[in-house]
Amino acid sequence: MEAKRNYEIGPDPQATVPTAPPERALRMYPGPRRNPGTILDMDLVRALRVNKSAVERRAATIPTRRTVKKEWQAAWLLRAITCLDLTTLQGDDTTTNVLRLCAKAKSPVRRDILDALGARELGIKVGAVCLYHAFVATAVQALQDSGIPVAAVSTGFPAGLSPLPQRIEEIKASVAAGASEIDVVITRAHALAGDWEALYDEVCAFREACGGTLMKVILGTGDLATLANVARASQVAMMAGADFVKTSTGKETVNATLPVGVVMTRQIRDYHERTGHAVGFKPAGGIRTAKQALEWLILMKEELGDRWLRSDLFRIGASSLLTDIERQLEHFVTGRYSAAHRQPMV
Amino acid sequence: MTTVSEIFETMAYGPAPESDKQAREWLEKHAREFGLFIGGRWVKGESGESFDVLNPATTERLARVTQAGAGDVDAAVAAARRALPGWSGLAGHARARHLYALGRALQRHSRLLAVLESLDNGKSIRETRDLDIPLVARHFYHHAGWAQLVEAEFPGQRPVGVVGQIIPWNFPLLMVAWKVAPALAAGNTVLLKPAELTPLTALLFAEIAQEAGVPPGVLNVVTGDGRTGELIVEHPDIDKIAFTGSTEVGRTIRRRTAGSGKRLSLELGGKSPFVVFEDADLDSVVEGVVDAIWFNQGQVCCAGSRLLVHEGVAERLLGKLRARMEKLRVGPPLDKAIDMGAIVAPVQLDRIRTLVGKGVEEGATMWQPSWACPTEGSFYPPTLFTNVSPAATIAQVEIFGPVLVSMTFRTPAEAVELANNTPYGLAASVWTENINLALDVAPKIKAGVVWINCTNLFDAASGFGGYRESGFGREGGREGMWEYLKPKWETRNAEVRTRNKKPGKATVSRSAFRVPPSVPPIDRTYKLYIGGQQVRPDQGNARRISGPGGSLVGEVAEGNRKDIRNAVEAAHGAASWARTSGHTRAQILYYIAENLAPRAEEFAGSIDAMTGGGREAARREVDAALTRLFTYAAWADKYDGAVHQVPIRGVTLAMHEAVGVIGVACPEEYPLLGFVSLVAPAMCVGNTVVVIPSEAHPLAATELYTVLAASDVPAGVVNIVTGGKDTLAQVLAEHDDVDAVWYFGSRAAGTDIERASAGNMKRTWVEWHARDWMDASQGEGREFLREAAQVKNIWIPYGE
Repeated sequence: MEAKRNYEIGPDPQATVPTAPPERALRMYPGPRRNPGTILDMDLVRALRVNKSAVERRAATIPTRRTVKKEWQAAWLLRAITCLDLTTLQGDDTTTNVLRLCAKAKSPVRRDILDALGARELGIKVGAVCLYHAFVATAVQALQDSGIPVAAVSTGFPAGLSPLPQRIEEIKASVAAGASEIDVVITRAHALAGDWEALYDEVCAFREACGGTLMKVILGTGDLATLANVARASQVAMMAGADFVKTSTGKETVNATLPVGVVMTRQIRDYHERTGHAVGFKPAGGIRTAKQALEWLILMKEELGDRWLRSDLFRIGASSLLTDIERQLEHFVTGRYSAAHRQPMV
Repeated sequence: MTTVSEIFETMAYGPAPESDKQAREWLEKHAREFGLFIGGRWVKGESGESFDVLNPATTERLARVTQAGAGDVDAAVAAARRALPGWSGLAGHARARHLYALGRALQRHSRLLAVLESLDNGKSIRETRDLDIPLVARHFYHHAGWAQLVEAEFPGQRPVGVVGQIIPWNFPLLMVAWKVAPALAAGNTVLLKPAELTPLTALLFAEIAQEAGVPPGVLNVVTGDGRTGELIVEHPDIDKIAFTGSTEVGRTIRRRTAGSGKRLSLELGGKSPFVVFEDADLDSVVEGVVDAIWFNQGQVCCAGSRLLVHEGVAERLLGKLRARMEKLRVGPPLDKAIDMGAIVAPVQLDRIRTLVGKGVEEGATMWQPSWACPTEGSFYPPTLFTNVSPAATIAQVEIFGPVLVSMTFRTPAEAVELANNTPYGLAASVWTENINLALDVAPKIKAGVVWINCTNLFDAASGFGGYRESGFGREGGREGMWEYLKPKWETRNAEVRTRNKKPGKATVSRSAFRVPPSVPPIDRTYKLYIGGQQVRPDQGNARRISGPGGSLVGEVAEGNRKDIRNAVEAAHGAASWARTSGHTRAQILYYIAENLAPRAEEFAGSIDAMTGGGREAARREVDAALTRLFTYAAWADKYDGAVHQVPIRGVTLAMHEAVGVIGVACPEEYPLLGFVSLVAPAMCVGNTVVVIPSEAHPLAATELYTVLAASDVPAGVVNIVTGGKDTLAQVLAEHDDVDAVWYFGSRAAGTDIERASAGNMKRTWVEWHARDWMDASQGEGREFLREAAQVKNIWIPYGE
């Protein structure tokens, strides 16, 4: 499986992005382009080095070197909402709460607050809703004409240990049910054993099953033991064609942390520099406050740049985060601290 | 007015100012006028002279501050002197309570201190809030602990006395803490002069200390420019000067205090290497560089200003670095979302501009990010130089600004060579994922602090200070406490006119080696002992050595400056002595004793013949010398370093390293014991020495040649040059490749030696007060080992 690095894959990103002033270019970007992947470059994977203490120091200063206040904070929080994969992945999910989730996805912020922010015309809605296969059809129907994609977790989520054929079938079933994004989980054992060829093959198989559907690859970083493994798994997933790399299922004991985010975004940057393909990033699990959402946006802006502040390249997987963002927006508008029960329930 | 909708599209950063209201209120409360803090009271300066303190980011005048004159400094010293008995007489526990209260009070005022510091200095509020002020409090808590423990942990020691402390503008309050906390913990009283550009937080500190109940006179703060500094340096009633600042000023202080008997600790400039090996985590390296040279606008003595990169990864790293530089933000220091604030003053900005211009002129390639700095106030963008040769001005001179020069290396050995290719030796940063390489390189770099895969980490528990022209002395940790203590038995150097018997007038016979008359014994010709060989002196002259009655007891070679030069070369040639194991060094020291013991009577006879002190006394001296050799043989594998408790996941190793080549001028009394008492501890720690024996009584040392040769002492470890002690010691003091000079003799010559040592800022140990060499508490032990060693702190974070 070992092969030489190939720099020729994919079109020149400069050629496909319309020429416009930078801030306009962001808006006019034509939407997600698929990452075609590359061959597995084991030289590169083996050469990856991550110094944990240094990464932690960097992560610790992400929230202290940058901050946004007032109008900037409000605008950034609206941006965070548009990057939100509004999620429910509970054993007791039913059609009822899924429909409620979809309704909230379409109008995530109270109209009076949007008006006060002068943000009505922005058409704020979440990045996607994310749920189990069983509810894909329900959500697709509820969200028709909204332009909000439905993402299905798949491949034996969260442990990813069902037989491979079933996992592949699961992807196909969700695609057939109308999911436009598939969140797959990797077999952590491959990463822990250093069997990168097996991981590459697995993700390639998922990619093939997804067909034209966007694929997010969940690494389960809380299970990967070391940051070096996180870096290697990120690279292998991208080489195998991941459109997004995602930290966690939300079910591991440790989910999205800033040090893991620093490592993964640096790998995305490296992959982009090498191949020209922009891969998205999705932290998920444990992101509950507006402040955390801002920290992740700052991380994206600092490590990857403004291009990665759009929902086609950045998502936050969360459930209760939205309510806290709404409270902060209301506080900005009224000057009074808000309460969760003042925001329409998810 | 930028709208939410617009920002939603641009996703730009907006302003995020920290309020300066509280700081302004504090300034207004003082009507923006400040006096001097002397004897627990705020007083006006005697001359009425004062100067403006400006905000470097806006050029706004913040306050008017007093220029202290001679009378003011006298008053402050007198206040400190008056307070000394009471303060040093307090139980350690009582001082601990005071320091603890200070730490608490500083934390209570942390926001005001952080904002005031940012206003005064121009550094970012993020740094003052997250780094400076927490470290300040940490220093007081740590040293409250030392105050509590000082009697138990430093037995037989007492405070040095009244300490004059002169601090720089780059970390105004942090330097207050580094200086004041250990001084007060040890029981000294303090006269502190903050930098004239940034005096405000020191004045607020004095106010806080006053409120916290620090007794009057224990802490005195006088403001002023270099003239006030000079008054402190030259004040006759100050026992110690502690200075942080430029090497240039440090040199002047060394010269001005020569012969004054003042103790000295100097933390000076640097041009610290930042070494990146090919297997480093390059993205983390980039952040390391940001913390190394774009921390505090690069105005950091230990800034990693020389980037040394393995040539295989240089282009990749520089590409990443340029991309990172584009994202740095320079702006108003009180903005919470900037990376760099203002340069401290226009004069410093000019210096940076001039040196950068010089770099371009000399052919290096300059790169700066595409964005523009604020035009009002003193701002300078992060700057990267490539195509720099080691000979370039910008590669050698400390710029003290946000300017990084990069060079490449091929091998680890070349990296070390480049790293050490500087007169400085303050700090170094080493980046590699290979622990074998990291721990191999760290001891080879001449620097007081080495950070592995990290940079600019500081803590009160870890010593900080330099090698070479970066100064001497350590701040922080146990090693820092020694700077403010001295043995109880030691009289003040300044009080003693001279300690030594005046050496006999040297008569140099021009007739080479003379054969004694009448019944001819077999001639014994004492040459010099250099590089393990007995060699003839350069000029072929001999010196007549007389006994007490004036009779000839022998003749020794008359060494000169060329002999010293040769001896220093030989001593450098034996540098591998420092890398031999403690066990081996112990074996050799024991072996010297073993070979000396059978000749004890012969040595006693020689000593008696020279000194006339009686055979019995001479024999006691020989026995004491044998004991002393055993003492240092015992120490050779026991002078351990420490693992400091710093607040990181990792270890900080405080390693005792040899100073290098030490020039030793032995005391006149105790011709053998004086020699052994100094040479043995130097050898024990791994130094090589050039020794000038007692001028009047050199024969015991010259007899020792054969003992040394028979004891497997490697060639060049001990080199002995006989002759005019003061003249030869002066040559050693002036030699820029000698790392330390120990001189035991007259005050006049000692003064010259201290002054001459300023050339390369070598460490000196000059003594003209009395010391009882026969008393083990004065003649041997840790004091000698400390002089023979320097502490290198190696920070090693870990975790996978």
